[in-house]
Amino acid sequence: MGTTTVEASNLGKRFKGTAALDGFDLTAEAGTVLGLLGPNGAGKTTTVRILTTLLGFDTGRAAVAGFDVARDARQVRRRIGLTGQQTAVDDLLTARQNLVLFGKLFRLTKTRAGERADELLAQFGLADAAHRQTKGFSGGMKRRLDLAASMILAPQVLFLDEPTTGLDPAGRREVWDAVEGLAADGTTVVLTTHYLDEADRLCDRIAVIDHGRNLIDDTPAGLKRRMGADRLEIVAADPSDLPVLQQIVEAVADGETALDEGASSVSAPVSDPVAALTAAATALQDKRLTVADIGLRRPTLDEAFLELIAKEDQ
Amino acid sequence: MTATLAPLPDETFISRLKWTLHDYRAIVGQEFTHLVRQPANFAWGLGFPIVMVLLFVYVFGSAMDVTGEGAGVDYVAYAMPGMFAMTIAFGFTSTAWAVAEAKEKGFIDRVRSMPMASSAVVVGRNIADTMHAAVDLVVLVLIALAIGWRSGGTLTETLGAFAILLWLRFALIWVGVWTGLLVKSVEQAGNLFAIAFPFGMVSSVFTPPELMPGWLGVIAAWNPVSATATAIRDLFGNPSAVGDSWPEQHALLAAIVWPVVITAIFLPLAVRKFQNLGR
Repeated sequence: MGTTTVEASNLGKRFKGTAALDGFDLTAEAGTVLGLLGPNGAGKTTTVRILTTLLGFDTGRAAVAGFDVARDARQVRRRIGLTGQQTAVDDLLTARQNLVLFGKLFRLTKTRAGERADELLAQFGLADAAHRQTKGFSGGMKRRLDLAASMILAPQVLFLDEPTTGLDPAGRREVWDAVEGLAADGTTVVLTTHYLDEADRLCDRIAVIDHGRNLIDDTPAGLKRRMGADRLEIVAADPSDLPVLQQIVEAVADGETALDEGASSVSAPVSDPVAALTAAATALQDKRLTVADIGLRRPTLDEAFLELIAKEDQ
Repeated sequence: MTATLAPLPDETFISRLKWTLHDYRAIVGQEFTHLVRQPANFAWGLGFPIVMVLLFVYVFGSAMDVTGEGAGVDYVAYAMPGMFAMTIAFGFTSTAWAVAEAKEKGFIDRVRSMPMASSAVVVGRNIADTMHAAVDLVVLVLIALAIGWRSGGTLTETLGAFAILLWLRFALIWVGVWTGLLVKSVEQAGNLFAIAFPFGMVSSVFTPPELMPGWLGVIAAWNPVSATATAIRDLFGNPSAVGDSWPEQHALLAAIVWPVVITAIFLPLAVRKFQNLGR
């Protein structure tokens, strides 16, 4: 632990004159989950393709698992797993046949490929479906099989390009559990995603990329902290209560109070969230006011993210 | 951490070669499973030539005078070898389709990120498609026999004719791989039929080029499909109704040389396209 398994510096890549990556840096420590976040076309997939030896690059250097991506592609390929945006499993084969095929292509012996397939099927909860053709699988099952296929050699670094895009909530949860299990076993995971809740839940660090450049590199909590303090919010049951509610919030606020008449809500940043909530609740009780909702709002990663992108575009 | 699994070493030339062959076998095995699992694909792939046989032999055939001995005479004997050649010629679209699908589904990317011989995707495709074509031919020959076609050649000549057919198919696989990598999507690969159709039809497959308008006849006579069709007609001892052009007069030679030319052009194109996936 504590060693760097993914290290890219000053990566540059142009497609027909347009810069997809423009001096991008990326580092991931062994055994951590790194989230690569950014809008469409920001350079996430380009980065993954470069780090997995699929794509050459124009400037900079990149090393994965201690080997130079450009010079030692074969050594890198032995130490990585890749799950791309599409589920690259063979629909006509059964789940087990898929894993045995990939095992053979990872150059395990036939026997070892079979054993490894069974281990992975059990690990990813697919043992019952082992002998079914994958075309009948749900999206979540296919993704898990896809993950299993990229785990055949128990790679040091696993790259996941939008692993949960297009999955329903249950499918996403299945994939999340699988990723968490792998990270707990010591695999370094680099994943790209549009979903901030996904990054929030899975990642130790988040690198935000836009226009092929680094915007920010922080922990999920740090990213949210940049958005400022918690807010106290009260939603009125009766809109005519709003002026009174505004007074109550102002009394405990540590900053400007925001009134949203459309949502019938009043909110303000607070420095001591628990004390502010208690004080506001007591005030409501004293005035015998009923409200639709009262609570503390932590800025979501979505808000933090949108703010960052907006700042960048200015 | 799960027990580390190192792939077996492949540092020497011999062990590399051994593993490359191992990779080819794994991919061919996968393609073979496809063929077995998807009998419907065979049915669809053969549907078109079967419809064409019925159409040309029974609908137009009675009006066709290819041998100069009267309408309909010997038309089955003329058209069936053409049908074999046409089916072989159209085969490149199924190669292109399969390659485009493997690319679109990320299968090619996955394979390229693995410590295996990435050429296995292409070589495996080639072997599988040649097998597929052989099975197609068996079915077509059975149909041809059922409607009265016979090979008048010796066993060697007859087998030679089928070898000539598979030789063309082998060459066209590179066209299929190249176009499959070139197209942006599987849908576009489906549209390749618009190119395949004139390529297959403007030939001696159903009518002698001599009977076509001058310029079209020249194109048809020089079409590689015509060379193959004429060559196998000769080997089968079927009527071939050839004109004076060089490829018609030297059909067997042309049927051997054309695939060499096609391979010489499209194999490097396909390999370069494959390598350029990483640019």
